[in-house]
Formats: sequence, C-alpha cells, structure tokens
Amino acid sequence: MAGKTLYDKLWDAHLVRREEGGTALLYIDRHLVHEVTSPQAFEGLRLAGRKPWRTDSVVATPDHNVPTTGQSGGIEGISDPIARIQVSTLDSNVKEFGLTYFPMNDIRQGIVHVVGPEEGATLPGMTVVCGDSHTSTHGAFGALAHGIGTSEVEHVLATQCLVQKKMKNMRVTVQGHVGPGVTAKDIVLAIIGKIGTAGGTGHAVEFAGEAIRDLSVEGRMTVCNMAIEAGARAGMVAVDEKTIDYFKDKPLAPKGEMWDKAVNAWRDLTSDDDAMFDKEVVLDAACIEPQVTWGTSPEMVVGISEQVPDPEGEQDKVKAEGMRRALHYMGLDAGMAISDIPVDVVFIGSCTNSRIEDLREAAAVAKGRKVASTVKQALVVPGSGLVKRQAEEEGLDTIFIEAGFEWREPGCSMCLAMNADRLEPGERCASTSNRNFEGRQGNGGRTHLVSPAMAAAAAVKGHFTDVRELN
Amino acid sequence: MDKFEKLTAIVAPLDRSNVDTDAIIPKQFLKSIKRTGFGPNAFDEWRYLDHGEPGMDNSTRPLNPDFVLNQERYQGANILLARENFGCGSSREHAPWALLDYGFRVIIAPSFADIFFNNCFKNGILPIVLDEKKVAQLFNEVEESEGYKLTVDLEAQTITTPSGEKFAFDVDPFRKHCLINGLDDIGLTLQHVDDIKAYEARRKNEAPWLFN
Repeated sequence: MAGKTLYDKLWDAHLVRREEGGTALLYIDRHLVHEVTSPQAFEGLRLAGRKPWRTDSVVATPDHNVPTTGQSGGIEGISDPIARIQVSTLDSNVKEFGLTYFPMNDIRQGIVHVVGPEEGATLPGMTVVCGDSHTSTHGAFGALAHGIGTSEVEHVLATQCLVQKKMKNMRVTVQGHVGPGVTAKDIVLAIIGKIGTAGGTGHAVEFAGEAIRDLSVEGRMTVCNMAIEAGARAGMVAVDEKTIDYFKDKPLAPKGEMWDKAVNAWRDLTSDDDAMFDKEVVLDAACIEPQVTWGTSPEMVVGISEQVPDPEGEQDKVKAEGMRRALHYMGLDAGMAISDIPVDVVFIGSCTNSRIEDLREAAAVAKGRKVASTVKQALVVPGSGLVKRQAEEEGLDTIFIEAGFEWREPGCSMCLAMNADRLEPGERCASTSNRNFEGRQGNGGRTHLVSPAMAAAAAVKGHFTDVRELN
Repeated sequence: MDKFEKLTAIVAPLDRSNVDTDAIIPKQFLKSIKRTGFGPNAFDEWRYLDHGEPGMDNSTRPLNPDFVLNQERYQGANILLARENFGCGSSREHAPWALLDYGFRVIIAPSFADIFFNNCFKNGILPIVLDEKKVAQLFNEVEESEGYKLTVDLEAQTITTPSGEKFAFDVDPFRKHCLINGLDDIGLTLQHVDDIKAYEARRKNEAPWLFN
C-alpha cells in the first residue's frame, strides 16, 4: 500500500465519521472569524436557538472594513455607516457568544490570516477554516486550511464540524533555487501562470521542492495564500525545522512539556516518500523571473522581461475572447513591453504580502529613493498592529515616509477596497495583493499583481521595472 | 432552504469563462448583515452603466443594453448557462444569495470553483457540471431560439432540451438528498453528537494542545 500524503494524514486525523457516498464529517480545530462573512451565521444560530459548540476554538478580528487611518477613533470613527454597522455587529456577536476577539485598537488586531499565525492561534496539524478564501494561507505550516461560505461558518459554529468530501492530492514541485530578486510571490504567480486559475480545482495542493524549502515560513504563507487563485481551496507545505522555530514562543502555542509533545507530532506532518499524488506538476525555479500580471485573472501573468501577449496567437476561442476582453479592460495593447506600463497607484499590503518580511523587502528597494512624481498614491498597509509596531521599531516606516509612501494602519485595505482605500475608474495599480479581477480594487480600477519588491520598484520608477536591475 | 425537485425554465447564457464572485456581487454590497436583497445588485458592474452603491434605488439606474441579462428575451430566466470555472475567487456566499435572489435555481457550466459550488447547495441552487461540448451545444441552441427552455429533473438527474434530447448529469447523493428534501445540514450533523464527542475525547488525549 502506498504511503500517505500530508493531506491524507491531516484528513485522517480529523475524520469524525464517514457517510455512504464519500461524504464525511471533519472536525475543525480553529475557526477564524471576521465581520463580513459572519453576521448571517450568528443570526442563524440565534434564530435556531443554538450556541457555539466550542467557543475556545474561535478567534475573531475585524479586517475587511476597517479604515487604515484614524483607527484610534474605534468603531464610532468608521465614517461609512454601513461598514460601521457591520463591525459593530461583529463586536456584539463576539460579546454575546463569548469568543476570543482582537477588536479595533488592540495591537493584535489585523488581517485575520496575518493574526492567526502571529498569535500561534493557527498551528501545524490543525484544521483551520474561515469565511474567507485566503484561509489557504495557514497551510504553509502543515495545517489543513481552507475558506468556507457563511452557511458553513454557521455549521462549524454549531457543530465544530464540516460536511466534506475528500479532495484529490496534487503536488507542485519547484525544483532548484530561484535567483536573487525572485520571491515567494513570483514563485506562486509563475505556478498559477503554468497550471491556470482552475488548475488546482478539486485538489489539495502540496507545494514542495528545494525552492519552497528555501522559503521562510512567511514566504510559504504567500505561496499557500494564492493556492485558491489556482483553484485549490487548500495549499500546504510540509513541516520542517523552520516551521517549528517559527511557532516557538508564539502567545497561543503550547509551552513546556506540551510544546515537546506537539513538536513530536508535528515532525510527522510530511508526505511519505512513497505517497501517491493524483496530479503532479514540476517547475524549474531557475526559469522564474519577477512576475507581473497583465490581465483580469491571476493566470494572465508573464515575466518582467516579456510583452503583453497577443490573443491572435491563442487557439482556444473562449480563451482568446477572454484575453481580448482583459486587454480592453486593462487598457493595454498586445506586444507592449511590460516594463513600459506606467502605474498611477502602488499598494503594498494584503494577506498575501503584508508581513514583516514583505515590508523589509519593499523598504530595501524604497530606501534612499523617491516615489516617482507621476505616481498619485503609494500605500503601505501592515498586516497587523504587531507587524506595524515591529516595522516601526526597525525604522521601516521612516524609510517609506521619506521615500514618499503613506504609512497606514492595519487592515485588508485596497486589496478589495471595502474601506475608503480604492482605485478610481481607469487608475492602474501595482499591487502586492492576490486578485486582479475587474473592479476588485475599485470600480474600473486596473490591477497588476507583483511582489513587494517589484511594487516598490514600480513606485520609484513610475512604471514596471526589473527590481534586479535597480543597482 | 427551499426544496429543489424539477424545474422547466428560460435559460440565460453568460458567455465568458472564469466569472468570479467579485463580478457576481461586488464588494460594496457585502456590507449588508442580511442574507436577502442582493438580487438587484447581481452582476452590478456589468449590468448597470453607473456605479452602484448600497441603498440606491436600482429601478431608476441606467441599464447596460449590451449585458445579456438585460435583454428582453432572457427576462424571467431561472437557469443560467455559463462557461468554465464559474464562481472563482472569493468565498463570499453573497454570490449564490445574489443569484438566488435574482431568480436562478440552476447553473450549468463545464466546471465550477470549489467553494462556490459548495455554497450553491447550501442555498437551494443546483450547480450542474456538463462537459464542454454539451455546454457549447446548449449555448448555440439558446442563442438560436428565443424563449428557449430546459427541464432539469434532479431526481432523474437529467436535463431535457425542447427537442426532447436528454443529458444525464452527476450529483453527490448526500447533496441530492438534502436538496430534494430541503434539509438543514446542521440538523443532520447534530444527529451525530455522540460521534463528535467521542472524537473530541480521543483527540484531547492524543493532541491536548489543540484544546487549550
């Protein structure tokens, strides 16, 4: 019998009950909650007279709607009345049901996927869910983590379980080492470019290979975060010493003897050598250059040295039509050099790229340079209050501010533009976020996904530029 | 959740691949704390010529005449015909809420994004995966004949065209059972309270750090 994949092990360890026809009840260890996808679930509990099964499994924080300026004003300071109601609804639900909560103005508040690992609220070997597709982030340390809808948020609150069908196993191996200036973001964009936006649909994807092992745990989070952009609800990376070091001394991580016991269990969170995958994809790390998306789907991506592709060269009619529509929306012509595309706005932030290492990477490029005069706005939005404090202790805020960036307060911000940070119609943005869909960053806005270093490079040059050629 | 057994209805064709949930319901409408009322803002950015915000009177907004759902012939459609990877992106359940509120009970496509697919079943929408050639055939037939209707029979797992041609489709037996009977998932799971408690007791012993 073949060995088990990491996903098989995580699945088996959480199986409560198997039903006929392949569905199963899967136990959930950690439930992350934010203000946008939870109000209807709490309302459902109330209407049915139900209580949360395990209040200690829930960690809640507001992130999507919070403003990135003037947070000291608290909920009352949110100028959009509908957003204010949503955040205050979370506030009252959390109090009513007695859940762990990092409210606005708590230093631990931030983007839920930054906060979870930072607090040690999400750990290796856990099942983690959240009403947010980027929950795949937490797979970076050998957890089974994926997004769920609001009905499932209610289901997990009420039963601590999810009704699931086992996914297939897929492995993406990135062999060899990336060159200087090529980051986790470039790796995952290159993967999505290769397998497509539905390449991982129906699969749990394990990212493996030397280039993934080389990454820090934060880098692996960036890769797993965007697994959903390749269609995979769950992305994961096996546990190694880096993973274990990362969690040592995190506030909610086990301590003392319990730590040793946990570490012992975590060391088994790897795929067996003889494990079988339903689908395997291999990439050569040395071929990956800094990536820039040109269209309205994350799979529409090329290297910085390349040109905007031509739909005329695409055989598949539906795909070619999608490319034409994307070029029209993005205001680009086929054949144009990526490095000739000017940017109006730069956004450094989101659950993909707002951790301390991301900010260091961007600051290293911004240091001693100035944001180009043609760039209307350059935002840096740290992922949490703790990331912000750490960055300020390291002087990164000063570097950004001196270069002409705005240094903001934590939240999802311009990744999805639910708060006041948004693009105007036609504005073009170099963004470290995860989705370049039409209107994602604001009605009519045009998004190009890049790494933090590439975003900072675009800010100082005023157009996309190969960060490896800056000095 | 409303039951779903059988439906004969007008089909609306949405001829583009990778339709994401941001397009189905843009973010500004996610601020609502209700499950209903999203229908008038389904596909808001494609459907209207102006920029929509919550609280607007949608009946007076300028419609985009080029958007397929605005065409007279597709009014009253309850079946949506779509292309590959429908519902990709954000996990927002507001997307199926908006489609349901608009009137769609069935979505037919060559493939769906996983989270969206799951969310449909929780809300009484039947998403049907049909191979690309058959979907292409249906696109042709819908466009050729005004008032084109399909009959979707969940019990028999068939789609019947106006000419009587039948296409079989697969559906997970558990989901089929829930949809036909309009069953609440939570109620079903809570029939297994003892299993959940037994699992917890075992797990607390194996991995106590997960229960701190």
